Amino acid sequence: MSYINITTKESVAILSLDKPGEKVNTLDESMMAQFEEFLETLESDDSLKGAVLISGKENNFIAGADIDMFKARETAEDLEQLSKDGHSILNKIEASSKPFVVAIHGSCMGGGLELSLACDYRIATNHPKTVLALPEVKLGVIPGTGGTQRLPRLIGIQKALGYMLTGGNIYAYKAKKIGLVDELTHKDALEEAGIKAVHKLSESGPHDRKDKRSFVEKLLEGNPVGRNIIFSQAKKKTLGQTKGNYPAPLMIIESVKYGYQKGLKKGLENEAPLFGEAGATSESRALVNLFFGMTDAKKNPLEKKVSPVQHIGVLGAGLMGSGIADISINKGGYSVLLKDQTLEAAVKGEKVIWDALNTKSKKRIITPFERDQLSSKVTGTDSYEAFGKVNLVIEAVFEDLDLKRKIVAQVEEVTNDNCIFASNTSSLPISEIAKGAKRPENIIGMHYFSPVQKMPLLEIITTPQTADWVTATAYEVGVKQGKTVIVVNDGPGFYTTRILAPYMNEALLLLEEGASIEFLDKSMKKFGYPVGPMALLDEVGFDVAAHVGETMAPVFNARGGKSSMKAQELMDAGYLGRKNKTGMYTYDGKKKESNTNIYSFFGGNSRSNPDIETAQHRMALMMVNEAVYCLQENILKTPTDGDLGAILGLGFPPFTGGPFRYIDRHGAGAICDLLNKYSEKFGPRFKPAGILEEDAKNGKMFY
Amino acid sequence: MSNHKEHPFNAVLVDGARIPFLKSGTDYNDLMAYDLGRMAIQGLLARNPIDPSSIDRVIMGNVIQEVRTSNIARESALGAGIPNSVPAFTIAMACISSNQAITSGVDLIRSGQANIILASGTETMSDIPIRFKKKFRQNVLAARKYKSPLEFLKFFKGLGFKDFLPELPAIAEFSTGETMGQSADRMAARFGVSRQDQDEFAMRSHHLAAKATKEGLLDEELIPAKVPPKFEVVNHDNGFREDTTMEKLGKLRPAFIKPHGTITAGNASFLTDGASACLIMEEQTALLLGLKPKAYIREYNFVSQDPGDELLLGPAYATPKVLETMNLALEDIDVFELHEAFAGQVLSVLNALDSQEFAKKSLQRDNKVGQIPMDKLNTLGGSLSLGHPFGATGVRLVTTAANRLIREDGTFALVSACAAGGQGHAVILERYK
Repeated sequence: MSYINITTKESVAILSLDKPGEKVNTLDESMMAQFEEFLETLESDDSLKGAVLISGKENNFIAGADIDMFKARETAEDLEQLSKDGHSILNKIEASSKPFVVAIHGSCMGGGLELSLACDYRIATNHPKTVLALPEVKLGVIPGTGGTQRLPRLIGIQKALGYMLTGGNIYAYKAKKIGLVDELTHKDALEEAGIKAVHKLSESGPHDRKDKRSFVEKLLEGNPVGRNIIFSQAKKKTLGQTKGNYPAPLMIIESVKYGYQKGLKKGLENEAPLFGEAGATSESRALVNLFFGMTDAKKNPLEKKVSPVQHIGVLGAGLMGSGIADISINKGGYSVLLKDQTLEAAVKGEKVIWDALNTKSKKRIITPFERDQLSSKVTGTDSYEAFGKVNLVIEAVFEDLDLKRKIVAQVEEVTNDNCIFASNTSSLPISEIAKGAKRPENIIGMHYFSPVQKMPLLEIITTPQTADWVTATAYEVGVKQGKTVIVVNDGPGFYTTRILAPYMNEALLLLEEGASIEFLDKSMKKFGYPVGPMALLDEVGFDVAAHVGETMAPVFNARGGKSSMKAQELMDAGYLGRKNKTGMYTYDGKKKESNTNIYSFFGGNSRSNPDIETAQHRMALMMVNEAVYCLQENILKTPTDGDLGAILGLGFPPFTGGPFRYIDRHGAGAICDLLNKYSEKFGPRFKPAGILEEDAKNGKMFY
Repeated sequence: MSNHKEHPFNAVLVDGARIPFLKSGTDYNDLMAYDLGRMAIQGLLARNPIDPSSIDRVIMGNVIQEVRTSNIARESALGAGIPNSVPAFTIAMACISSNQAITSGVDLIRSGQANIILASGTETMSDIPIRFKKKFRQNVLAARKYKSPLEFLKFFKGLGFKDFLPELPAIAEFSTGETMGQSADRMAARFGVSRQDQDEFAMRSHHLAAKATKEGLLDEELIPAKVPPKFEVVNHDNGFREDTTMEKLGKLRPAFIKPHGTITAGNASFLTDGASACLIMEEQTALLLGLKPKAYIREYNFVSQDPGDELLLGPAYATPKVLETMNLALEDIDVFELHEAFAGQVLSVLNALDSQEFAKKSLQRDNKVGQIPMDKLNTLGGSLSLGHPFGATGVRLVTTAANRLIREDGTFALVSACAAGGQGHAVILERYK
């Protein structure tokens, strides 16, 4: 079986890409080789007028470069060569005397889009599954096969930088609007449209493309001074966001800039070494490992035990509940009964989902009819009527053990014996919730993160009683909902909340010692967290933080921990965080400013900050060390789960690869030394976990 | 006991529901009939444990067609999440459209072609198609063939100022040109129904609807509407007037025949938006799914008369006929649900049924059919007070009748309705025990 199936229709070579044995096409060496071979045939065969590139896969054009191929090359030189090989073929396509038309249906990512950019004419289907993007930056690299050169020349520098620096998706309608594709058609006419385009190009020469840039864009991008402004602004903005932790975005800007200074050819030549350099960084390697971890987590280890789910009942239509309902219908294709105490509350949840779909229809990603069709899958209700048909109930009600037990009893009353009860608690032990249940084997934890639509993690918590089919089914639902799933054992705070608690506690202790709110947030953002601990506390709310603190305290106190009681004190004083606009920050004015009133709880208005590295280490190492405890106590089954959970659930800096890779990178010995040092200075809560000490002694690694 | 015909498969009503019926121009003002239809279907499916893909047919009644959704049954079904694989068709039979939707479903079940039917109806009077004048339309269509810009000058040729004004459709009979109100007014006079009688009946309807709403007797048939984009929840009908009095009704002027007519805005049904849906199943299919049917849908008929003189008299013909088929007398019926287009029309029907002369002359029978006891008739209000979204009323009548049979511990219900075109319908329900 070959990758590219070549047929000829009306003097046009149709290259159908169909990677054998795979669901999606990825660019690999075998394909490149076949391509190279074809290029020669095309040039020498006078009967051929040109070529159409099309995919033989369903809803996929090319998902990007084969990442295994990327992973196998570790040095900058090897990676550079990979980029050069790609360039060589794409340059030949671009230089070919015969027209190349690319016909895109489905996802067209990374190398797939770069290949398209080298072609003479691009046709895409006006289908919701047709998405184009250059997501390389998400793997810590730069588009390495001409993307940094050809994209800005096609759609403009500012737009191209925007897409390359975020890796964001471009849907078909938008792609046409900005000139990224030349023509939209429907799925079944794609090949025919491609053939027609080849004939047209071969008869009347290159396509005369309109400049779709706005007046201001043209004005700014048309001269070196304007371009310099764009590049320096982009750099400034990027540094503001990455805090210098990610080299790839700056290299993208550099590559584009160089190409505009020296021309396309030199620009392409310069792109390859930049790609190699970026790909060899530890940041990129960590991101690639994360990618593989996420891909592996898509495979359900208990696949055979999955029981079918059609209807999901979600209890509580607040932010969490409506988010869970949203991903259940839109990604999972399930139908959802969204229950709250009053119909008005339940309908608010329905509205959130409808609003998001309506926005999508306004952007022409879906039609208004598709919006109706999708939103009809969720029905808000104030009763348990019809819960008899529900296969899985996910509760997202207030964090109160008695309430949750009461709800378990109610749900068991109205559902059938095969209905799973999942709790979206963030800290209450699942086995406690299951106490007194009629069917404790059906009870499991499904811990989603807020905002559910965006946060990629689902932490599944099993108790010793949880039946395997229940775990298998919850896993399946999570994957269908588009989540990366980890399965952990039950315990106070399970994994994610358990490692978050000492981190937040340490932040509060630092605040008590005199640090300022801004300092703490700035430190941790610089360390690589997307949100600082103080802002996070506001989001979570002091009430929830106090509750979590109380639930977790026994675990830490047994190890000689020191718990800050401030969350409780603040809550008692009426501070709840963002929800009532009294938190670490003020939420009234336009600008977010720290709430200096709160310092009266933390020793007054004069603040003195410790050195930033100590602060960063104190907070981050609390999280890292606790992750090791979780592995030691069998809450975690593997370090990979631990790394995925910390990064995807809590925002642990992705470029580090997660707490366990962080330890591996710095060495267990060095981490232990640091922890012991802090233990002496700040108290026994820093004592390294047993297995960490052992690893340090034996020089062992987690991976 | 009755002697209804034996059918190889029995059709049963499993559940029926409607979104609240609202006065036109109120909360559903911005919605299409399609939106109302899918809301009713979605609400009904959400509260029932059936797999939408197991539905064999979706049938929907609709009278005033929106061009974009000419097979509104299909669009509503898809929009409500019913899978592509379920066929759907739309029925237009004026005010008995969804009655026909139900009985078409019954036929499919009886003939073994279907096991699960979703019968429904939808209507909006808030957005009726207003057209340009014929001449203007012709020019617009001709303009599609224009080739040069200059030709567009031709467009205005022969068009007068009046041709630019929109044309509002009237609810008039195509065959006679008479509006329904005029016809009903004449009929009331023929059957000796006074203005006083009509106002009293209208007041009764409004007061009963208010009482039923207050006591929650309609809750079972109502599913809340959640109106996008704000998703305001509509729980109840808004057309009934709890505080209406004979004095208030008496002050209203005749609406159709001036000055001596008897039909006013107060004793006629008002323009209404709404939708309804019900699940009809083959009896064994329902039982296998673990569902408890509400009622058997037994014999039914459709009748038609002169659209001039007997436009809305259908129930007077359909009722004796269906009783005869079932071998039942009027006294055997525990629940009556009659469509109330106009108070004068309902009372004319009642008078006709109780008239020896009508029996002999029009029904060719020796004895009058009899008197329908008021305490069994439309006890939860009717179209006069709850509203009358043309295409959706039939399913409401059948659903209410079935729910009443259960609540009032009766055995047989008779549902009957009149429709434009001089047509009528009656059906017998038997409580499922």
